Amino acid sequence: MGSLTLTNIRKSFGQVDVLKGIDLAVEDGEFVIFVGPSGCGKSTLLRVIAGLEDATSGSVKIDGKEVSNVPPAKRGIAMVFQSYALYPHLSVRDNMGLGLKQAGAPATDIAKRVEAASTMLSLEDYLGRRPAELSGGQRQRVAIGRAIVREPKLFLFDEPLSNLDAALRVNTRIEIARLHRKLKSTMIYVTHDQVEAMTLANRIVVLNKGVVEQVGSPMELYNRPANLFVAGFIGSPQMNFIDAGKLGESGAKTIGIRPEHISVSAEAGPWKGSVTHAEHLGADTILYVETEKLGLVTVRLFGEHRFHDDDVVFLTPDTAKTYRFDQGGRVIGS
Amino acid sequence: MSRARSSLPRSVAMHAALILYTIIAVAPVLIIIINSFKDRRAIFSSPLSLPGPNSFSLVGYHAVFAQGSFVTYFENSLIVTVVSIALVLVFGAMAAFALSEYRFRGNMLMGLYLALGIMIPIRLGTIAILKLMVATHLVDTLTALILVYTAQGLPLAIFILSEFMHGVSDDLKNAGRIDGLSEYRIFFRLVLPLIRPAMATVAVFTMIPIWNDLWFPLILAPSEATKTVTLGAQMFLGQFVTNWNAVLSALSLAILPVLILYLIFSRQLIRGITSGAVK
Ligand SMILES: Nc1ncnc2c1ncn2[C@@H]1O[C@H](COP(=O)(O)OP(=O)(O)OP(=O)(O)O)[C@@H](O)[C@H]1O
Ligand SMILES: [Mg+2]
Repeated sequence: MGSLTLTNIRKSFGQVDVLKGIDLAVEDGEFVIFVGPSGCGKSTLLRVIAGLEDATSGSVKIDGKEVSNVPPAKRGIAMVFQSYALYPHLSVRDNMGLGLKQAGAPATDIAKRVEAASTMLSLEDYLGRRPAELSGGQRQRVAIGRAIVREPKLFLFDEPLSNLDAALRVNTRIEIARLHRKLKSTMIYVTHDQVEAMTLANRIVVLNKGVVEQVGSPMELYNRPANLFVAGFIGSPQMNFIDAGKLGESGAKTIGIRPEHISVSAEAGPWKGSVTHAEHLGADTILYVETEKLGLVTVRLFGEHRFHDDDVVFLTPDTAKTYRFDQGGRVIGS
Repeated sequence: MSRARSSLPRSVAMHAALILYTIIAVAPVLIIIINSFKDRRAIFSSPLSLPGPNSFSLVGYHAVFAQGSFVTYFENSLIVTVVSIALVLVFGAMAAFALSEYRFRGNMLMGLYLALGIMIPIRLGTIAILKLMVATHLVDTLTALILVYTAQGLPLAIFILSEFMHGVSDDLKNAGRIDGLSEYRIFFRLVLPLIRPAMATVAVFTMIPIWNDLWFPLILAPSEATKTVTLGAQMFLGQFVTNWNAVLSALSLAILPVLILYLIFSRQLIRGITSGAVK
């Protein structure tokens, strides 16, 4: 229970087409992540799935059942919002229990489920408090708790961690991963954060301007991007794109190579350049190299290296790991 | 206030300006109240002096209360004001919610149409309103006044409230929908409490003109049983003699209820002005 099928979902706001025909099948128990640049329609798609927004056309099926005419509360979903969206006038306990109460569940049942969820999220000590009396991380856990309590077939998360600081983000991310293993329910998750996407997802859906660019496991997207957009979007720092003409390659428009697939030497190599900026991160060293022929190239080296601004360096690409893109930006061969 | 931003000369100047404004605003009211406690001679001989042992007199208040129906006038004023405010708030908030929350055909036009009333004074329509009230046999009823004042208050209420409604988080309303709250519950339980300061603002803006109005009571409900305070006070203003003691006492009394209503709303109002300061 908990599969989701989207067929040709379109959504327009007036003249603006936000979603331009989305097809997607999510299997029961999968953790699927939507990524894409700001404004590409991720939240809109999530709201369509939740029933908070009507699609202009297309069908949403949850568990094989068409839900276009089913109100959000009856779809068997729960949603966690970026802004937490807790009810300010209710205690943590009532915040979590409200959905069940509305559905007419018996009070003992509600209490039991709230109990279980608060233990899972270590919120027992805060059940009597109002949201205003909680920290950001606690509020987000309450929001997640409110979703868990409903025991939904489908969890929807809209950038749930983006308001948290870095440390808390990592913790909550791990908590969500654990939650997914434990509950085994289907989860759909929107994020901007690559690390979240790569670490949590079974499958990633890359959206751009209202269309699905590619669907695949994190490693598939990293190793076999279908086009320029996905290649540039997945991986950080971004893949280098080099005009094929400058490399004397024919049959391709653009050559892509990831920063981590270039090696640097002070003595010899095919691409000569000088370091314009070096970032020393401890575990990584990122070099921005202005090459003589190819423009700016980013290189990622593992560990500490002693390169500094204005050093002359020679770059050697790992030719087995380059990507070739055609005129339309699609990947060639392989 | 931070130290860096408050220098002594600046805060002196600021306070001087505020005090001056307070004096200008409060002085007329104060003079009315002071003189209402004096006898007729003292009112005219030294209008600015406080009532002393020689000049103190409650003759004005006696006159007002001797005029038996004055309590009724008060009642009428209160009923009309309170009911009108309540209707303006309920309908204004509902309309504002619909306009800001739902996308429907003509949404913009509807909003503009409703806001038009801010620019067009309702008194321009007095004759039509009177005809309407005559036709519906509502002349000389409080209902007539309540209806007119509700109509008069709605445009501004809708305008202000829809601005605030836009500010209420969509996520919160959506969370309510997912939890199965009806649109009414979302409106009454989630949205209204969050815009309470705006409601208080609207209540104050609506209340004062209604309480002070002389025009519509005079035209639509001049009968003894439906007179409001402002209209009632007029009877002491004769064509040849004016009972100034009574007029001043009646006006002083008329201040009280608005003052009380204002105090009730102002706690919310101040919160409204300062809300958003700490986020
Ligand atoms: N109610 C609306 N009316 C008109 N346009 C809208 C509405 N909601 C969203 N849009 C438009 O739809 C597009 C997609 O919005 P959406 O919120 O889905 O983006 P997103 O991918 O979630 O972006 P972000 O990552 O910034 O949250 C945006 O261009 C936005 O301006
Ligand atoms: Mg979004």
